Amino acid sequence: MMEALQKFATHYNYFVTIFLMVAGLYIVIARGNMIKKLVGLSLFQTSVYLLYLSPGKIVGGTAPIYDGAYQVYANPLPHVLMLTAIVVGVATIALGLALAVRINEAYGTVEEDEIFSKDGEI
Amino acid sequence: MIDLQPHLPILQVVIPLLGSLLTAFIRRGTLSWLVTLIVTWTLPFIAVALFLQVQAAGAPIYYKLGNWEAPFGIVYKVDVLSAFMLCLVSGAAAVIMPFARKSVASEIDSHQQSWYYTMYLLCLAGLLGIIITNDAFNAFVFLEVSSLSTYVLIALGRHRRALVASYQYLIMGTIGATLYIIGVGLLYLLTGSLNFDDIAARLTSDLVWPLEPLLAALAFIFVGLSLKLALFPLHVWLPNAYAYAPSFATVFLAGTATKVAIYLLVRVMFEVFGVALTFDRLPVAEILIVLSVAAMFIASFSAVFEDNAKRMLAYSSVAQIGYITLGIGLFNQAGLTGAFAHVANHAVMKTALFLALGAAFYRIGSVRFSDLEGIGRRMPLTMGALVIAGIGLMGTPGTAGFISKWYLAMGALEAGSWLLVFLIVASSLISVIYVGKLVEVMWLRAPSPAAAEAKEAPLSMLVPLLLLAAATIYLGFDTRLTVDIGNQIATLLLGGLK
Amino acid sequence: MKLDLVLRVGTKILLPFILVFALYVQFHGDYGPGGGFQAGVIAAGMVILYAIIFGVNKAKHIVPQALVEAMIPLGVLIYAGTGTVSLLLGYNYLDYTGFAGDFLRAHEWGILIVELGVLVTVSGTMIAMFYAFAERGR
Repeated sequence: MMEALQKFATHYNYFVTIFLMVAGLYIVIARGNMIKKLVGLSLFQTSVYLLYLSPGKIVGGTAPIYDGAYQVYANPLPHVLMLTAIVVGVATIALGLALAVRINEAYGTVEEDEIFSKDGEI
Repeated sequence: MIDLQPHLPILQVVIPLLGSLLTAFIRRGTLSWLVTLIVTWTLPFIAVALFLQVQAAGAPIYYKLGNWEAPFGIVYKVDVLSAFMLCLVSGAAAVIMPFARKSVASEIDSHQQSWYYTMYLLCLAGLLGIIITNDAFNAFVFLEVSSLSTYVLIALGRHRRALVASYQYLIMGTIGATLYIIGVGLLYLLTGSLNFDDIAARLTSDLVWPLEPLLAALAFIFVGLSLKLALFPLHVWLPNAYAYAPSFATVFLAGTATKVAIYLLVRVMFEVFGVALTFDRLPVAEILIVLSVAAMFIASFSAVFEDNAKRMLAYSSVAQIGYITLGIGLFNQAGLTGAFAHVANHAVMKTALFLALGAAFYRIGSVRFSDLEGIGRRMPLTMGALVIAGIGLMGTPGTAGFISKWYLAMGALEAGSWLLVFLIVASSLISVIYVGKLVEVMWLRAPSPAAAEAKEAPLSMLVPLLLLAAATIYLGFDTRLTVDIGNQIATLLLGGLK
Repeated sequence: MKLDLVLRVGTKILLPFILVFALYVQFHGDYGPGGGFQAGVIAAGMVILYAIIFGVNKAKHIVPQALVEAMIPLGVLIYAGTGTVSLLLGYNYLDYTGFAGDFLRAHEWGILIVELGVLVTVSGTMIAMFYAFAERGR
């Protein structure tokens, strides 16, 4: 019991990652509203950022800027990767929202079941 | 003059990227089309040059971006497999360009046409980038570059359903890509590397790796890429996306997009994880075979009951992807040969079929069966080519489709399963039904009011179509381009890291 | 439409500082945290703040739609063009060694130019997104 608690306390960032991942995926699957789906998708992507950034932190390390006074640095690579992933995520969400706006103009709603009832099951 | 020979790998990706920028500045439909034409017609030459270079060297070519050494910088790698895929994708993109001008001009608003070519070239650059890169994260970025531009290409369809189809594809595609990047993240946490070769080398080294996260990484990547390649039952985005996209987008995507996802999956499964880990520790082969067979039958049945020709062919695509993944799931020499022969053959045949439908749509503005009735008599050349490609799809001897199905059946025999051989033949019989339906509607019925006024498709649409129809026959007799290369790829994959 | 005096004057005072901060982040990017992406978003934030307070039409007088649409490909062109120039100088793509005699100096230049491209594209994209959503349905 104590051991499990200790494991949880020292790895809590991974549990948060898993929680975000599952919560985001659940929202995407369970909600019919297109905006809410995008929120879920965004949450899902956010969990990936956390997954990558967690191991980048090195205990006692400073920012990865070259300076003779410091020997231990945080790993800069995950940050670079996640900056790229964030850009991709922003682009995806922006495109998804743009589509939702266009769908709202074409159908007058962003609820999936109402859209299907207007056009027949597509 | 500097020697461009060593820089060919990067030019393959940068030329379409620069082309897309040029079209974004030009903003004139026809001129943008011309730029796109020049760019896409340059690319196959580079791809073939790379292919010959690889064949001559007998070893992969590497290209270091920014001259940074292998595991630290991004490296491009061209081997037989990627050179083959480069030739296929750039070739498909080049062949359909003449078709694009009139089709895009009639289906896309004039102020959006130039952006449309921008998106097309970006998508092409992304697909070529996925093929050529040797870096797991770089592959994700290219995957998203191509996907995001694909969503735009689809959303600009004429019917409002195109918006919904694009939205659904965006949700599914993003989940797929995110699952892929989670898998890559687990691999990175384990090995500390993102370079495919380097990860593979570290995994096969003497160090003992914890098995669970490794298998979890494989599972994440497998499911994520299966979404992208529309493996049954993760295919639900595909029929609508293909059916409601503008003709030109469908023609391009049907031949290339899913194939590139298959390529990436094969690369990760065989070269990074290795056959031993992929197939022995997880039941990947069994899953692939069962889902493939399900795709071959269920998607084919769905195709039979469609009344929209484009949707019918989209379902047929799902079924044909089933044949390819079946060959991969068999993971023996003949099966993999058949799979990659089918990647090429299916690209040729499906592109031809969608081109023919695109030409019909250009003339009558619909691809519903009720409007296509009797159109064969008005557009004999177009629909003749469609029939040839359709016969190829069924797998009739003397066409390209027969060759790949023959090798798939051989692979099934090699795996010792008569049942699979029977299933391959049986599912081909279903494709006879839906192709037969298409032919019956187009040739044997009296022309519908819409079809009665149609004329033969313009020359710019006919030439690529007839070229691909001829290729369907040609590849049915000359198997050097498909089977021999497929054989080399199979040897590479099976003989590689185990 | 009644406009709040505090907001209007406050915004006008803030604008130049936001821009200077964006440039600081941009040019400090090779020594410390920062770079083209962050700077681009901050610079775009300046335009967006202006548009929120004074209206999109006034913002479009300063940063017209055509300029924004040109900025997006222009930044990528700077980036991809830098790589192409290094190709033409006889080095690998995005290898900046040929830009100056000294290896480190050359790389500093290369990164600065590339980051400039990132700045242009990112700020262009952010403003374009804002315009697109703000314009819709009017």
